[in-house]
Parts: sequence; C-alpha cells; structure tokens
Amino acid sequence: METLLNRYRNITVLLLVIFAQLILLAYQVKNDSDVRLIRVWAVTAVTPLARTIEGARGGTEGFLQNYVFLRDTHAENDRMRTELGRLKLENQFLKTELATADRAKALEAFEQRSLSKMIAARVTATAAGASASAVFVDRGSTAGVEKGMGVVTPDGIVGKVLAAYPTASLVLLATDPSFAAGVVSQKNHVRGILKGMGHGNCRVDYVQNEEKVETGEWFYTSGDDRIFPKGMAVGQVTAARPGNPFQEISLDPAGLAGGVEEVLIVMQGVHQEIPDLKTASQAVYVGPPPPAGPNDAQPASAQDASSSGANGAPVLPTDADKIREHYKDIGDAQGHKFGENPPGSKPVDFNFQIKPGDKPPAAKPVPSAKPPAASAAAPTAKPDNQ
Amino acid sequence: MRYSDEHSLLYGQRETQISRFKAWVLLLVPLAAILFQVYVPLFFRFLAYLELPLIVTVYFALMRRSPIGGLLIGALVGLAQDSLSKSLLGMFGITLTIIGYVAASVGLRLDVDHPLIRLILGFFFFVFHQFIFWVLSRGLLGQQVAFETQRTLVLGLLNAIVAVSLFHFLDKLKERA
Repeated sequence: METLLNRYRNITVLLLVIFAQLILLAYQVKNDSDVRLIRVWAVTAVTPLARTIEGARGGTEGFLQNYVFLRDTHAENDRMRTELGRLKLENQFLKTELATADRAKALEAFEQRSLSKMIAARVTATAAGASASAVFVDRGSTAGVEKGMGVVTPDGIVGKVLAAYPTASLVLLATDPSFAAGVVSQKNHVRGILKGMGHGNCRVDYVQNEEKVETGEWFYTSGDDRIFPKGMAVGQVTAARPGNPFQEISLDPAGLAGGVEEVLIVMQGVHQEIPDLKTASQAVYVGPPPPAGPNDAQPASAQDASSSGANGAPVLPTDADKIREHYKDIGDAQGHKFGENPPGSKPVDFNFQIKPGDKPPAAKPVPSAKPPAASAAAPTAKPDNQ
Repeated sequence: MRYSDEHSLLYGQRETQISRFKAWVLLLVPLAAILFQVYVPLFFRFLAYLELPLIVTVYFALMRRSPIGGLLIGALVGLAQDSLSKSLLGMFGITLTIIGYVAASVGLRLDVDHPLIRLILGFFFFVFHQFIFWVLSRGLLGQQVAFETQRTLVLGLLNAIVAVSLFHFLDKLKERA
C-alpha cells in the first residue's frame, strides 16, 4: 500500500488539491456567496501597496507637470507684461477654460450639479485576469460603498460595484459581458438592455426590429435596473441593423472613452428626465402671409382666432377640425351646448340633418367674392335668397 | 545501452538539474507578477493581455522539476489571482494547479533551457491555460462563454515571446550550485 501511494504520490496530491478547490467552488456556487475573508485579506494587502505606487506616480507626474507649467507661466508672464490688457483678459479666459477642463473639477461640478448623492473615487488597479473588465477604486465599505451601486463619470456610466471591501471596491465595467443595465434611447424612447461585449464596445439587446434606432443616437439609463438613476448618459449608437430575433445595436460607452481615472459612485440615485433632443433649431426667417385678395375664398374655420398659428398666420383645418365643426353645428341646431347640459338631458341626435337655415352663419363656408370679414358681418344672408 | 536505460539516465540527469531559488524569489516574483497584472494595465491597456502569473508559475514549475512543488505554486498563485479577480475563488486556482503539475512533468522530460523549447512551451501553456479556464467556466459555472481561437493563438504567441525574455531574466535569480 505504501509503495502504491509512493508510486502515485504526485497524481494523488494533484487530485487532492483540485478536489479541495472544487469544494471551494461548489460552496460558493451553492450558497451564491463569496469566500469573503480571503478576498478581504488579499485586497487589504494589495490596496496600500497599490495606493503607494499610485501616490508616487501621481506625485512624480504632478511635480513634472507643475514644473513645466510654472516654467511656462514665467515665460508667459514676461510676455504678458509687454502685451496689452486685452491679451491679459484673453489669457485669463483661457486659464479659466483650462481649469474647467480639468477632470477632477469637472467631476466635482457634475457631482454638485447632479441631484443624486455621489462620492468621488480614484481607480487604483485593474482586476487580475487577461480578459478582466473590472477595476479597483479606492473607496470601500468604510466610505459607505455597497455592492450593486452604480459608478459613473460626467460623460456617462462606467459600471457597477461588484464587491465592496473595507478600503477598496471592485467595479465591474460596462464593457464586461456579464454587465447589464436598462437603457432608453433619447429620440424614440426605445427601451433595451445594455450589455458588455468584452472589448471596447457594448450592445443593446432586446430591441424589436420594428423599433427605430438610428446611428449616432444617444442612449440614457432608464432606471429600471435599480442601479443607475434614470437620465444618465450611456453612449452613442455606432451601428444598428436588423437581426434575429432582435436588432443588433452597437454602442460606444461614453463613460469609458479614453479610460477611467476618477469616477463617482452613486450612493443615492435620483431619477431625472431624459434630456430633450437638441435639434438644429436655428432661427429661420418666415415671411408674413400674403394679404387676402378680393377674390380669395377662405374656409370659415380659418377665420377663427383658434385656427390661427402662433404668429397669427392662418392654419388649414384638418379632418378632425372639420368633424368637430360639424358636430358643433349639430349641437347648436338642437340647442345643445356640449359640456354644459345637466345629466339626464336629452342627448344630441348626431344623425340630425342640418338644414341650411339651422346652421349658424359664422360657421358656414362663405364661397362669396367678399372678404372674410365682410361675409362674417352679414349673418342674415341665406343661400336660398342668393 | 538499451532505450530504457538511456531514458532512465536522462530522467535522472534532469532530476539532478533541479534549480533552486531563494525563498524571497519564490515569494516576491509571483507577487510582483500579480501586482503587475492588477496595476500596470491601468496605464498601458495593451499589457492587460499578459498573463504574468501564468508565465511565472510555468517557469518555477519547469525549473524546479517537482510536480508537487509545481502544483502547489500554481495553486497558491492561482488563488491569489482569484482573490483579486471577479471570478469565483478556485477558477484560476484549479487552472494553475494543473498547469504547474503538467509544466513540472514536462520539465522532467525536456531540456527547458533552450529558448526555442521555452517559446513553444510558453505558447502551449497559454493556450492550455485558456482552454482549461474555458472548460471550467462552461462545465462548472455554466457560463456561455465562447472560446476565441484566433485571439487565443495570437495572445499565446505574444505571451510566449514575453515568457522567453522573462525566463532569461529569472535564470539570473537562480541559486548558484
């Protein structure tokens, strides 16, 4: 027996180690829970190291940038002394623009502008694994971060918190195949599910082929997933074509464009409206309507103030307008005021044939050669007498 | 000399060629590989495709030529990688355990100091690693993930090239006899 064990020692140990890990896996799958302690240890051990490296890198970069920036400022100041006040003001304006463009300030501005309660976090590491679409941020459960919270930037959504450790959190990026979020298109309000594709782009699933989605259209969060509040930018459609059974829509996630360094974790989301589509609404000159000539015949409804456009221009009556006018005439002919008669009063007979004399003159078409104002001022004119 | 005698002699020679490393090398190099994988891709996105923990596991397993040592290194590195990834604990663990065992077994039979052999092994173990991970994801977790053959082969080649260079560097950390 001992010889047998010695002979198969290697394979026995291999099977034992694999078996132990299979039990570990089975435990996690069965209980749908993580072996949190091991992860907490690992993340807590790595976070300070990553933070130190990140701090050293940031410090070095900041020192170099500040040095270069200061040197430029001195040179610029020398030049500015010789220039006019207009250039000074222009320079000030550019500096303000630069400051506004600063990412951290943009983040802060967005945080203040947004109704949702958020905290800023910095990406400190990526998750292990060659195809991992997850990052670690430097805010954890001690800062109030919880699993499932949404992560955004001013440009758009980034992902969601997959696990919150005391000093750091693991954020699943929107490009990960296991990521999903409810989205709605800006223009036609088409609803779908955003899913990652494992690389730069995302796709929007479960959109019927009949629904209209255009390339370049923006998608926003719908709020249905209870992760992201409604109205946050998601990305722009790069391609949309019919598929089986649903449309194949590719989307460029705006929040991940150019990589993520600083993010905001949504602690308490407040739903907002989907922003209105900004159309090219430049002021277009519209000339005044031509004056009514003596031979111009206009329908009576066009003479009503209610049928005039916003700028007083006459609007052609629609079929609905004509039907409404017809029923109003029937009501008037039977002495019925729509919306005013008490309950139990005699209902209107809509089959009632209006005799020419029953029709109020103001609502009658005037095919006469007179101007509209003149014909309206002659209510006694009956067609029988003409 | 019969074949079996020759084989036994070669096998024995390989066993005597076991490379030894200082404890800090065995501890720090895998740790550095894992840290590299979680930190460097933040700034150089294309480096995310480097599987340094795998390369390091393969190296130590090949050099130490001990299947048990190889599988233990693989298990530890894999579990550490698991704990910093989004996958369940044990996925990388099992994968690297098998890789460590197979690599150590291969190390007993081949001259793993030759760069060409190292290139081939680096490529093979990367593809094998991806394959085992894919099988585990589908078989144990029921995830519907696709095995991207073309991408895996290209990344395998890239990782193999890096592995050859890294092996050369790690050779310098061996204890001198």
